[in-house]
Amino acid sequence: MTLRIFVPSDAAALSMGANAVATAVQAEIESRGMDAVLVRNGSRGLLWLEPLLEIETPDGRIGYGPVAAADVTTILAAGAAGAHPRKLGRVDAIPYLANQQRLTFERCGITDPLSLDEYSVHGGLKGLRRALDMTPADIVKEVIDSGLRGRGGAGFPTGIKWRTVLQTEAPQKYIVCNADEGDSGTFSDRMLMEGDPFALIEGMAIAGIATGASKGYVYIRSEYPHAFAQFNRAIAVAREKNLLGRGILGSSRDFDLEARLGAGAYICGEETSLLESLEGKRGQIRFKPPLPAISGLFAKPTVVNNAISLATVPVILAKGGGFYRDFGMGRSRGTMPLQLAGNIKRGGLVERAFGLTLREIIEGFGGGTWSGRPVRAVQVGGPLGAYWPTSLFDVPLDYEAFAAKGGMIGHGGIVVFDDTVDLAKQARFAFHFCAIESCGKCTPCRIGARRGAETMDKIMRGERVVQNIELVHDLCETMRDGSLCALGGLTPMPVVSAMEHFPEDFDRGAAHRAAAE
Amino acid sequence: MLKKHSPHFHDDWDPESARGIIEQYKGLEGPLLPILNALQERFGHLGDPAVRLVAEILNLTRAEVHGVVSFYHDYRREPAGRHVIKVCRAEACQSMGCEDLVGRLERALGIHLSETTHDRRVTLEEVYCLGNCALSPSAMVDGELLGRASEEKILAAVGEQA
Ligand SMILES: Cc1cc2nc3c(=O)[nH]c(=O)nc-3n(C[C@H](O)[C@H](O)[C@H](O)COP(=O)(O)O)c2cc1C
Ligand code: SF4
Ligand code: FES
Repeated sequence: MTLRIFVPSDAAALSMGANAVATAVQAEIESRGMDAVLVRNGSRGLLWLEPLLEIETPDGRIGYGPVAAADVTTILAAGAAGAHPRKLGRVDAIPYLANQQRLTFERCGITDPLSLDEYSVHGGLKGLRRALDMTPADIVKEVIDSGLRGRGGAGFPTGIKWRTVLQTEAPQKYIVCNADEGDSGTFSDRMLMEGDPFALIEGMAIAGIATGASKGYVYIRSEYPHAFAQFNRAIAVAREKNLLGRGILGSSRDFDLEARLGAGAYICGEETSLLESLEGKRGQIRFKPPLPAISGLFAKPTVVNNAISLATVPVILAKGGGFYRDFGMGRSRGTMPLQLAGNIKRGGLVERAFGLTLREIIEGFGGGTWSGRPVRAVQVGGPLGAYWPTSLFDVPLDYEAFAAKGGMIGHGGIVVFDDTVDLAKQARFAFHFCAIESCGKCTPCRIGARRGAETMDKIMRGERVVQNIELVHDLCETMRDGSLCALGGLTPMPVVSAMEHFPEDFDRGAAHRAAAE
Repeated sequence: MLKKHSPHFHDDWDPESARGIIEQYKGLEGPLLPILNALQERFGHLGDPAVRLVAEILNLTRAEVHGVVSFYHDYRREPAGRHVIKVCRAEACQSMGCEDLVGRLERALGIHLSETTHDRRVTLEEVYCLGNCALSPSAMVDGELLGRASEEKILAAVGEQA
């Protein structure tokens, strides 16, 4: 049997030297005349261990990590049975992975991302094959029954959106995948497109069949050149193997898709701005209504879904809506691929059913901070998410539970900060980010964000702190109520939460005032 | 795709090959971004001749094309240096000291963010998230992603000594 050796080609692994490791493995295979092949898999999501090298054995895959090119000779000389300082044992027994419930990321890191055969051996294409035998209405019903809510941020039920598109008559409809993934602390779209791209292609094909759309676009941010290249390779394979094109998988249904690169604009993650961008315009927000489901890309009915929402559809169709709905709590059904990021000891991707607490995630999976200092704050849900103190760490991961405490899950990014963080600086940054990414369409956002940053500067210099904090609150209220979209509308969330939970960081003037009195 | 350590060379402006690129993508639905991306990839920036040619072939006004070029952070009106360093300044990287890293790079290169060294070797820029937030701070050098980025790692990637 030819031995299989895995070295990821995921961008995070590459960022830690995976290509040099792969080159060393290939050289070793050749110089030793080993009966072995190198497979460039996706990442398992145990990112602190990247580059994670794996050797396949009859007793499972044995991992080594983090591996440098210089370790390769000794690893391969010792063999999977031998000892090595970098050896981790069976990868699927590493608690970080063993304690996950992987549905969307079932194959990521396990298979060769560009092998459609391996994809189908590991459960792929079952959902699409089943969908091809169903009526569109039944497919939509299955997705509604699963309870799947959009993973891009807003948490809108995916099946309901599809139903609107299905019921809107038009000669041409579109499926648009939002892979703009601009939130700091998130990388699940990227990992999936690099590590299991056929899952997204299959999900989009199912969406097309369910709604009557024959064409799809995947809008990938330009900061992801590796994902864009990998996804295009996967599209080429899918076309060649008839997963895309005319009469997909031998059926009478056509579906094709195209990947498009963005050009650096956070706002283009917002669905209407994204559609403008796909049409070749400035990425300015559109007024809603009409909803994109009724009049979207080129004014045609359009499904816009996040990459993870779409990539979750195949497992729902393969195993049934009920199977998926059985995971989770309350109105948050299924699993959420969380991304543990920032100042964290074990950063990576954690897919679990909703209901886990932040403490279990950050302390249990994450192991505390990278710096070894105490955790002081966490920002969940990207740059528009709330800053929370450790006293809120027992809130369960659930859309409604988070909202009740003034936070949001968003796309599932969890950014951890140690006790050196200055929340006034973070609040200032929230305004600054909004200012540089504002599409400029409405005043509260365009002007308010600048005023907010200036006012935060004054607070940080200790100028008229009480009055300026008051001013920031007023400004936040104006932005919340008067902005056209959630960039301006939610920038108050990180600002106000920081002021509420970490008032001591804003009270710069205390010393000045005491001196003046 | 650019190779690591290889300098970031771009072709000089050439209306004929530019026309070829535009014609190649013109038939797409919503062709403008694919065209601008391809032109910038080939010529390194989108100067006035590029804007004029795109407007002419797509039947748009120059103001429309310019409006799009100016909206997106990626598009350059001026050429960059031979190497481009993009340092992530978003929250996850902030939690791991990216601001300190930016300061060190500015001092080492003698330039501020968004500037190019006098010898036109290096352009230093900010970026907001590279999707490598579990291995912060992150940077991208000539299209190659670096995790746990340090001044030394980044300068080595552009062939400078720290
Ligand atoms: C400022 C802003 C940025 C957004 N960025 C993204 C993004 O990068 N990816 C994404 O899927 N959704 C993003 N969204 C949400 C989208 O507007 C939209 O709700 C989503 O693509 C719908 O897909 P879903 O229902 O599958 O989540 C953003 C929204 C706003 C207001
Ligand atoms: S809130 Fe900001 S980003 Fe959203 S529409 Fe208004 S100006 Fe544009
Ligand atoms: S925040 Fe820096 S890579 Fe995501």
